[in-house]
Amino acid sequence: MGVILALVQTLFFVYFFSKIPEATNGNGIVTVIHWIPQIGLNLEFLLNGLSLVFALLITGIGTLVFLYASAYMKSYEGTDKFYFQLFLFGGAMLGLVLSANLIQLFVFWELTSYLSFLLISFFNKKELARKAAFQSLIITAFGGLLLLTGVLLLGSIVDSYSVTDWLEGAQSIKSSEFYLPGLLLILAGAFTKSAQFPFHFWLPGAMQAPTPVSAYLHSATMVKAGVFLLALLNPVLGGTIEWTYIITLVGVTTMFLGAYFSITQTDLKAILAYTTISSLGILVLLIGIDTTLSIKAAMLFLFVHAFYKAALFMVAGFIDKKTGTRELSKLGGLYKHMPITFIISILALLSMAGLPPTLGFLGKELIYEAKIQSPGIASLVLILGVAGNTLMVAVSMYFMFKVFLGKQGDYPKQPNEKGYLYLLGPGVLTLLSLLLGLSPAVLGDVLVEPALSSIRKEFIDVELQLWHGFNDVFLLSLLTIVLGMTIFVIALYKKQFLIKWRSINNRIFIIEFTNIFNQLLDGFLNFSERNTKRLQHGYHRFYILTVIVFASALLWFEVYVTRNWVLETQFSLTPLYISGLVAIITCSTIYAAIARSRIATIISMGVTGYGISLIYLYYSAVDLAITQILVETLVVVMFVLVLQRLPLFETLSSKLTRVRDLIISLTFGSVMTVLALKALNVEFNHSISDMMVKNSFVKAHGKNVVNVILVDFRALDTLGEVTVLIIAAMGVFVLLKTKKT
Amino acid sequence: MNSVILQLASPYVRSLLVFFSLIALLRGHNYPGGGFIGGLLTALAIVFYSFALDWRQVQKKLKVKPETYIALGLAFVLSSFLPSLFQSEVLMKGVWVSIPMGILGKLELGSPLLFDTGVFMGVIGVTLLFFFTLAYRK
Repeated sequence: MGVILALVQTLFFVYFFSKIPEATNGNGIVTVIHWIPQIGLNLEFLLNGLSLVFALLITGIGTLVFLYASAYMKSYEGTDKFYFQLFLFGGAMLGLVLSANLIQLFVFWELTSYLSFLLISFFNKKELARKAAFQSLIITAFGGLLLLTGVLLLGSIVDSYSVTDWLEGAQSIKSSEFYLPGLLLILAGAFTKSAQFPFHFWLPGAMQAPTPVSAYLHSATMVKAGVFLLALLNPVLGGTIEWTYIITLVGVTTMFLGAYFSITQTDLKAILAYTTISSLGILVLLIGIDTTLSIKAAMLFLFVHAFYKAALFMVAGFIDKKTGTRELSKLGGLYKHMPITFIISILALLSMAGLPPTLGFLGKELIYEAKIQSPGIASLVLILGVAGNTLMVAVSMYFMFKVFLGKQGDYPKQPNEKGYLYLLGPGVLTLLSLLLGLSPAVLGDVLVEPALSSIRKEFIDVELQLWHGFNDVFLLSLLTIVLGMTIFVIALYKKQFLIKWRSINNRIFIIEFTNIFNQLLDGFLNFSERNTKRLQHGYHRFYILTVIVFASALLWFEVYVTRNWVLETQFSLTPLYISGLVAIITCSTIYAAIARSRIATIISMGVTGYGISLIYLYYSAVDLAITQILVETLVVVMFVLVLQRLPLFETLSSKLTRVRDLIISLTFGSVMTVLALKALNVEFNHSISDMMVKNSFVKAHGKNVVNVILVDFRALDTLGEVTVLIIAAMGVFVLLKTKKT
Repeated sequence: MNSVILQLASPYVRSLLVFFSLIALLRGHNYPGGGFIGGLLTALAIVFYSFALDWRQVQKKLKVKPETYIALGLAFVLSSFLPSLFQSEVLMKGVWVSIPMGILGKLELGSPLLFDTGVFMGVIGVTLLFFFTLAYRK
């Protein structure tokens, strides 16, 4: 199954690959499918330099992940469901990056959140997995809603949700008073999705997912959706102080904190999760700096990170499979058992640390260059940048030594290196990283250049080379490596070092973001529960009481407002039999209210109903009369059937209650009477009924206007009524038949 | 109920009621009647029959279950939309065909009749479902 879907992904990859010349030429390929053009809702797909980069990453890494999954998921149950969801996710992600309409983008955005939820909770028997999935869903879906609000807000300025229209109206959007709130909302969406501080905590939790999911969603694709959105909207919303400062600050904080937390982790996947947060921070930061150089660096780093992080996740999953543990303390000396994995990991970790000759080195150099030239807060960005990278170097070294070198670990399983499918993905990715690192011009010309050009909206020549010469950037790199090695060496030889660090961390960061989130959630749930219980108390009589009191208050108010109407006061008693009928109806209604037996009540209500139907008949509403008689008959029968289920009649309510009920029913009854009398005064618009009478036979071939209205003129209403009836019947059926007794 | 007369008469009364209900359904477009009234009549016929005999037996003897009536009703209602759909007309617009019947004049058939039949069946199903569910007791 996994292999077949990998092939499908490959086909997509080849398709997008073949589109490179066309998509990178000019404005790219635009496909518009008119959906509901009346309200400006179209499906718009845009394949340009930017979306092409993402599309290639999604399908390319998707292929490798599916191959990996076909080996990894073998031992689990429910893999069909898993593959289905993972494949759907790939589709949703492709839809997202190809969207040129922001409402459409939002739909795919929420789809990816939802599928991520399903995939994280694959091991749904584990409470931890369920909780993590729920957490990530709440955060990313909530962010999605904020994004939608922002899109609607800014879309109202240019009266369109198409990115092209936004581009044209960029100036009016930026000068609008809605710019800042809209920007904040959209950024909130991007930040939650891309795990930026302070929403970063869902990402480490998401590591409860099976490793292929972590490699695909939580490192290479889904979390980059926020980055994609920022890059997409950069030409529209970027270039302002707000854009630069907010994004840069959030990005730089996330970058540093991610790296800072990663070094004290002991679980392989947790380490990778925190370094992913850090890398996402770098990407966001680079887009925030908003210079041509920084965007270039971002586009390149996108590849760098996707390559090494997906590879490392797959390696981590492989190690977990073969040794039975992901704890650093239990691993060590694996190079003897898994030599190929060792080599692959070295390459991937070199890239992560930003060391030559991999693509990572190139990425890091460019990033430093962009940071130095960043306007405004360059010094802060640079200091935190160097600190973050130093930690990355240390983490990479530490990872490698603790897992592969050193003395033999205490593995739960005897490791081997069987299963080439496990190593295919990481192998291809690290090889690419190495080759492209050695000849980066290929990547630069073919993909980075068009991506950059489509973001900056002008052609920009990109020349990438591995060796930049001795300059201040190189010195920074050197400093980073030296500092990183120092931390690594200390961490390796002084065992207490990291433990102390961890305890310091625990002391400083007493506030766990996850806990805050959970407390907020619990508080909200309690709040809703209390309020719901207040309104939904479960007493049917009080529901009815509320409805009737409220309705009569409104009606009496309306009657009071329109009191200058003249009520009909002329009543005639002829013909006598109708007067007699009215008297019978009145008497039986009163008797229904005071009768001491339920059967008597039902029957006298039936008498009222038959009486009314006779009045219909007198006014020659035959259809109405027949229906009323039939319904009345059935209602009496049904009531009798219900009655046999009830206990014997007893007076349980207090006198006060009954007086209250009497007052309420009199109020309601009297207002209905007044309304009925007033109705005689209302000037109805006869044109509709005249039209129906006139056209009934001519156009609808029916002499019975009532029936023609029911089945032709207003057939939609009838359909609604039939549906309501059926739903009611199902409700009765379910309530009575499935009662647990 | 233990009335011999009622028990003996009930099959005939039931058949008569069903017959009238069909007439009500068919003539509904031109004279008082229609699917709703017809459906209620048929349902009443079966309810009446159940009162005369034992409702459990009647429920068992029913060839078409109430749930099936509901489904059939919905199917008829939906099928009445098809003619307008195939003619690329506004959905639910009535489509009529006229069949000449010699000296009897001509028979006019239209998609509203399908719709009315759907209502007819739906009402039968819903009413019977109410009835049998309410009548059910352990």
